[in-house]
Amino acid sequence: MHTIERIIFIIRESIDAAIRTLRMNKTRTFLATIGIVMGVTTVSTMLAIIQGLNRAFAEQFRYVGSAVLYIQKWPWVVTDDWWIYWNRKELTYENYLFLSERSELAEAITVMNGFQHQVRGIYGALSGVTILGVDEKYLQVRGGDIESGRFITFEDNRSARRVAVIGQDVREELFGLFDPIGREIKIGNIPFTIIGLLEKQGKSFGYSLDKIVLVPYHSSHRFVGKRPGITIAASAYENTNLDDLESELTGLMRISRKLKPQQENDFSINRQTALEQFYTSITSGVYTAGTLIAAISLLVGGIGIMNIMLVSVTERTNEIGIRKAIGAKRNYILLQFLLEASLLCAIGGIFGLGISYVISALIKSVLPTSIPFWLAFGSILFSSIVGIVFGFYPAARASKLNPIDALRYEG
Amino acid sequence: MPNFIIEMRQITKNYYLGQNVVQALRGVDFQVKAGEYVAIMGPSGSGKSTLMNLIGCLDTPSSGEYYLDGVDVSKMSDDELAEIRNKKIGFVFQTFNLLPRADALHNVELPLIYAGVSASERKQRAIEILNRVGLGDRIHHKPNELSGGQRQRVAIARALINNPSIILADEPTGNLDSKTGEEIMQLLDQLHSAGNTIVLVTHEDFIAAYAKRIVRLFDGQISSDDVLSKRQSSMIST
Repeated sequence: MHTIERIIFIIRESIDAAIRTLRMNKTRTFLATIGIVMGVTTVSTMLAIIQGLNRAFAEQFRYVGSAVLYIQKWPWVVTDDWWIYWNRKELTYENYLFLSERSELAEAITVMNGFQHQVRGIYGALSGVTILGVDEKYLQVRGGDIESGRFITFEDNRSARRVAVIGQDVREELFGLFDPIGREIKIGNIPFTIIGLLEKQGKSFGYSLDKIVLVPYHSSHRFVGKRPGITIAASAYENTNLDDLESELTGLMRISRKLKPQQENDFSINRQTALEQFYTSITSGVYTAGTLIAAISLLVGGIGIMNIMLVSVTERTNEIGIRKAIGAKRNYILLQFLLEASLLCAIGGIFGLGISYVISALIKSVLPTSIPFWLAFGSILFSSIVGIVFGFYPAARASKLNPIDALRYEG
Repeated sequence: MPNFIIEMRQITKNYYLGQNVVQALRGVDFQVKAGEYVAIMGPSGSGKSTLMNLIGCLDTPSSGEYYLDGVDVSKMSDDELAEIRNKKIGFVFQTFNLLPRADALHNVELPLIYAGVSASERKQRAIEILNRVGLGDRIHHKPNELSGGQRQRVAIARALINNPSIILADEPTGNLDSKTGEEIMQLLDQLHSAGNTIVLVTHEDFIAAYAKRIVRLFDGQISSDDVLSKRQSSMIST
């Protein structure tokens, strides 16, 4: 019981001593801890940014949908020779019909035909709008819902009607406070009648998902442009293994594309995990670089702490002598100086964390950075450990002082 | 067999300065009984300080035996010596050697912290002893807020707090004016009357005269060891 109480007392006393030292030598302490402050700032800011990237990607993935397969000409992540993909034949509407008639594992299959185009409404023009030619199963596959009006139907598509469902950004920019339903929107020079308004989707990497106009697939072909290159998207039932769906679709696609057994697939089936893997490979690079920078700055910071502690030990030689003369054992002195060094670093860590909070808040508009509790706690803990590591040599030196010499020392 | 608090047999202490060996003590036999009041005197270089360091367990002898309160301390490790110093020896230094940033109470408590005494008991005992040395109203003053005499009283209170076997006073009046010095010596006298064993190191005859026995060192050996009668001590002091 005494031991615990004694340890608590030592800790309390050492904290007092450290705070006194801090107060007495403000400038020196500031300069000594600045390395730690910068080190912790680097580490926690970097981790906050990675947290932000994680969130941004998670947003993106949410939009992509975790249970959706995208059948396309190009893979999302090109790791080998790009001309292999370049030379592939485009996917066709017939491929889509073939899959949607025969697939048993897919919950729904839809087709998408995308462009960037200028659109015009009441309030003028908006350029760079995503025009997507879709069919009636779009919402079922991609998720989301309409806020008002109705969605594109089978009939709209079959008859290639000039109807459109618009996103929130398009409504805001081109119609302001007017109810857009029933009004006209021009894609290029072709007028379309607005039949529905999509719910707000949000942003991904500063790129708005609401700057979109959906039209029937056949209308997009007929009026907007006959660009080859469609995407077929298939959603899986909730409990279906995506791998099973992928192999079924691969088989059907090979039949539809009339591939011989020895031929390679001439299409790609993409999914969220591919992006995740790509993302992980990027962030691991960021992690490595960040860890290196952080390690160097903490090393420099640690050496600063070691220096200040050596000065402190020399200045307090007499005090150490007194403590030893009246019965302090080596470990007590060692612990006292270790705690002081680690407290000094912890204070540096708190300042660094504060700076990093500010930086994180400043870049929040670009990236959803965050400093979670574990990061805050970890930074302070880690800087304390740096203090213990770099404080060890000075503390050991203090603990080994000869009491006679220490008492006689006049600083 | 008389009951010796300090029993030193054939103590030697050598220092090595480069190639040279300095023989600070050359075979010292020295005993102190419980309740004695001994002054150690000698010119500088006589080995006085070395002997004091050995008595105070701040150092170990090169050869010989030292029994402190019946325990052989001559071959102990640093940490064992620290424990002995903590429990058996009360130091009073010429320069007081108080922690400058701690108040009187904390300075007096300090040995009890190392002894592992609980906070409430520490405080109670420290206040009691500070009252005894006449500083009951100064417990929260820091050394720089106290006069020289008051500082030495704090140091004496710190020396007493663990009920040590001996009080080792090294030139306790060296940094004090004569009137304050006298007050401190009277305080030591009171402690002696109360049964404490005191070893006093000094180079001043009138300070040594407060003791009941004077041991003189010369060239690393004891040159004389006299028990003073009442008359002698008053003669020296006048």
